[in-house]
Amino acid sequence: MSFLTETLAWLVDPANWVGAGGIPTRLAQHLLFTLVTLLVAALIAVPIGFLIGHTGRGRGLAVALSGAFRAIPTLGLLTLVGLWVGIGLNAPYVALTVLAIPPILAGAYTGFEAIDRKIIDAARAVGMSEAQIVQKVELPLGLPLLIGGFRSATLQVVATATLAAYIADFGLGRYLFEGLRIRDYGEMLGGSILVILLAIVSEGVFALVQKLVVPRGVTAGLPTDIRDGSSRSRPVMEPTIKEGNSHVHSK
Amino acid sequence: MTWVWSNLDLIWDRTFDHLILSVPSIILSFIIALPFGWLAHRYRASRAVILTTVGLLYAIPSLPLFIVLPFIVGTSIRSPLNLIIALTLYGVALMVRVVADGLGSVDRDVQQSATAVGFSGWTSFWQVELPLAGPVLLAGLRVVAVSTVSLATVGAVIGAPSLGSLFTDGFQRGIQAEIIAGTLATVLLALALDAILVLIGRVLMPWTRRSAVGGASRPGAVAREVST
Repeated sequence: MSFLTETLAWLVDPANWVGAGGIPTRLAQHLLFTLVTLLVAALIAVPIGFLIGHTGRGRGLAVALSGAFRAIPTLGLLTLVGLWVGIGLNAPYVALTVLAIPPILAGAYTGFEAIDRKIIDAARAVGMSEAQIVQKVELPLGLPLLIGGFRSATLQVVATATLAAYIADFGLGRYLFEGLRIRDYGEMLGGSILVILLAIVSEGVFALVQKLVVPRGVTAGLPTDIRDGSSRSRPVMEPTIKEGNSHVHSK
Repeated sequence: MTWVWSNLDLIWDRTFDHLILSVPSIILSFIIALPFGWLAHRYRASRAVILTTVGLLYAIPSLPLFIVLPFIVGTSIRSPLNLIIALTLYGVALMVRVVADGLGSVDRDVQQSATAVGFSGWTSFWQVELPLAGPVLLAGLRVVAVSTVSLATVGAVIGAPSLGSLFTDGFQRGIQAEIIAGTLATVLLALALDAILVLIGRVLMPWTRRSAVGGASRPGAVAREVST
């Protein structure tokens, strides 16, 4: 229990809330870093993802690349880039932008891919140009999955930015490493709790945004839960008319 | 390269440390995820609670969890047990959803047929639903294996030995070859465990090879069925 009181004492200590090493400054550094990293990663990943999703080309390569990146340990990438460009913020920026690209890319192209081809064909049939199809059909319908990509990228960046304090003096991760070094339980636990809270808040915000961006016409036709509805005794006729029905609903 | 040849013993030791951390975590997360996944699949109320909980659990960054966990369960920060518990939690967080989706992908007609020919709920789960969900479970377990091996390296910054120790040591002493060797060893280890899982899958589910085109054996196809 003494750890708990130490942690609380550290969290409410006014000295930890002011100055260059204070919680507001470190939190702002953490947030700014996350924001810039995501922005740069998005500028690279979103256009490429849309291109892959719209044309259907290069998908195999994108899947293979993001799979390979997922297997690369983040700490290895961080320390390696750290050795190359030296101690400071540049190394984390480079390493984390690289890490944030695969999930955003995947969100962008799977968002386009998940759209029923018949809807795209219908859009083309009523005379939409390719640019209009992207802007007015694929983008709104694919947006929830794109936001999902941003959600996992943000989670990854917030977590790894903590780890990046190992090679650069910034962000909330500093408290964890400093606390470990000087065996200050209050500081390492307090810092850990702040990072965990930040991650969970960002997760919650993204979950909310993901729900909000679903176009209204789409939610009407989507089953909300695979367990919803009766699991037994369906009418025998249903399978034969199901397909027609589901498309009426999804418009 | 010269660094690698003169330090093969060290790499081997760290690989062993890494296996001690990751293999038990992967196995435990599968075993623990089964009942929770089943609960999430079976009842709507438990589904919401369980899936929200594992979603939040998965959102917790690894380094803070490694630090906070010892104060909750009473392990020492640097002990392998602390890391195994943390890695198992992440594995469970990933796997519960997969188990729920996998069981959900089993054709309802098949379940009802099993009931009709006299399977009880318990035997139907082990002999009908679980094998049919097998390919989805395997796909999920492969993701768990790769991410566990990758995550285990993070323990190095708090002093728990693994292949990640080659990163921290290489960074502090400025040996680039050591970091590259550690990264390659980690990726190779992940690929090796992945290959072993595929092999186990082939032995346990011989039918998946013959009907590779059939719906249930392709995870992608299942995911699409579930989401539409």
